[in-house]
Amino acid sequence: MIKAEQKPVDEILGFLDAYKRILLVGCNGCAAVCHAGGEREVAILAATLRMARKKLGQKLEILEETSPRQCEPEFVDALAGKTEDVEAILSIACGVGVQALAERFSEIPVYPGVNTMFMGKTVEPGVWVERCQACGNCVLHLTGGICPVTRCAKQLLNGPCGGSRDGVCEIDGETPCAWQAIYDRLKATGQLDRLELFVPAKRWGRESRDRGPRTIVRGDLKQ
Amino acid sequence: MRAGSHLERVMEKGLFAVTGQLIPPKGNDAGGVKKKAELLRGYVDAVNVTDNQRAMVRMSSMAASSLLIGMGLEPVMQMVTRDRNRIALQSDILGSTALGVKNLLLLTGDHPCLGNQVDSKNVHDLDSVQLIDCARRMREEGKILGGEGFAGEVGILIGAVVNPFGDPFEFRVVRLAKKIDAGADFVQTQPVFDMNRFKEWMGMVRDRGLHERVHIMAGVVPLKSAAMAEFLRSGVPGITVPDNVIGRMAKASEPAEEGIRICVEQIEELKEMEGIHGVHIMTVDWEEKAGQIAEMAGLLPRPVLW
Amino acid sequence: MGSFVPRIVAFCCDRSGYRAADMAGGLGISVPETIEVVRVPCAGRVDALHILRALESGADGVLIVACHRGNCRSLTGDLAVRARTEHVHEIMERIGLKRERLELCNLSVQDGPKFAETVRRKFEYLKELGPNPTR
Repeated sequence: MIKAEQKPVDEILGFLDAYKRILLVGCNGCAAVCHAGGEREVAILAATLRMARKKLGQKLEILEETSPRQCEPEFVDALAGKTEDVEAILSIACGVGVQALAERFSEIPVYPGVNTMFMGKTVEPGVWVERCQACGNCVLHLTGGICPVTRCAKQLLNGPCGGSRDGVCEIDGETPCAWQAIYDRLKATGQLDRLELFVPAKRWGRESRDRGPRTIVRGDLKQ
Repeated sequence: MRAGSHLERVMEKGLFAVTGQLIPPKGNDAGGVKKKAELLRGYVDAVNVTDNQRAMVRMSSMAASSLLIGMGLEPVMQMVTRDRNRIALQSDILGSTALGVKNLLLLTGDHPCLGNQVDSKNVHDLDSVQLIDCARRMREEGKILGGEGFAGEVGILIGAVVNPFGDPFEFRVVRLAKKIDAGADFVQTQPVFDMNRFKEWMGMVRDRGLHERVHIMAGVVPLKSAAMAEFLRSGVPGITVPDNVIGRMAKASEPAEEGIRICVEQIEELKEMEGIHGVHIMTVDWEEKAGQIAEMAGLLPRPVLW
Repeated sequence: MGSFVPRIVAFCCDRSGYRAADMAGGLGISVPETIEVVRVPCAGRVDALHILRALESGADGVLIVACHRGNCRSLTGDLAVRARTEHVHEIMERIGLKRERLELCNLSVQDGPKFAETVRRKFEYLKELGPNPTR
């Protein structure tokens, strides 16, 4: 799922300087799962912001809402009744949610309360790690189920660079080398022959992220 | 003097500047570059050397600029942010100035999907405004991004591109102001065909006093044919060609001559416009006409300044 | 400032802090009257939101009374509340609230006098510090 992290409170307070009444919207999808933007985080952030403003002698009225998923139009529509007299909206969903609100409520400024970090998995409670960059053309069948686009700092597709040493990447001496992991995995699964394959240059401009927003259209589902 | 380039001297003296264009070949024929460049000698103050224009793989602008310097011509070396990250861009600023380049034109560049490398990664590590800021810091502070110093001085005239014909229209003047604030000494506009819109834009530029803070070079393109006019209108981002221009080209018995006539008329009008400090004649692989256009538009002889 | 009487909310673990508080009462040791004891099944149950709500609704200081380290009947409650206290300390610093207004202490069942002493110390500290500026 998408992983996010709350922005520093002072940065958020800076966004809200001019407002007296805002709507704070969380999301019960990914942002709640990574404890950045669910119902509980809405309550904590609201209390924090109110206290910070009171300390400055300025009141801030915060309407607290948590949408089931901010990336779905019907749930965004459901917020329409809550925006009356609201001067600004603060969303602690991922960047998709923030934009969905901005698209829906064209007259109200919308601000992000979190930094959307990556698509990743939980390592242990409180620790998440990136695993996919949505490059648009999966190569995991070639690489033992380990993504070099995400996990190699150079996004190499044909094996490790010269900086791989003792299973560790040259960037900091701590990050595991994706290609060491790929090698170990292919060895364990008896698929070392895959290392011999030449993987051609990726089509960044046609099927990946470098040509504006990508769209999926499923004719069978479209109404 | 910031760069000590000929173009800078022309501009500083308040003379109406003229620049030409040379598109490096899809190949490595140095002789061909020199032949084309020779056609511009004496007719322009400096020659813009494009950087993989339209996202097509061509001889690098730095190499072609270097060939021009060898011939005693002055290049305006274009650099786009599309293909190089900040390491390569700064390295190329150091390298090109070492080769004698004194004028840079810093721009975003057309998207790769318009060229012959549609699968390539879009770099855009810096955008054009950030690159202008970076070049100015290198010149004025002697530092690269991040604050580290380097040996030597980077004497460069910094150019930028503005498009009065793009949308949102009101944003275009804001963007010009940002480029000036970032460090642009001169700007070149996209080719002017829609004179009404250009005048409206220049009005906004003057309202903000921007023409007093930067040298504005209006871009012109001589049309060869009605088909070319159509192509520029529909196939090149950021260019608008109004119907009357297309109509004139379509009706003309000698379209090439008509194209040059239109171009000359445009230059004559631009010369009289308050705040316009020169023209950039983009001949688009038609260098042999640059002299004729300059002559007809009364831009010759070009000043010789030392 | 002379008339300022600090208000304290104390989240007390049912297995240690709460019993210590009870013992203090039984022994007749006086504690400031403005303390409000909130009985929790385990200090690990105290959430950042509970602490912030207490502060927001008028507490000048918050005490969390947990079992001694490694003594938690729920195994890791003492560790969980430690990490959470740390988290709220960070939030407090961000909004300019002195972190000392929130304190985590570890007591056992028999620590009645120590409980009273802790509360008094906190009370005096807060009296010196002044009212919670964010309430």
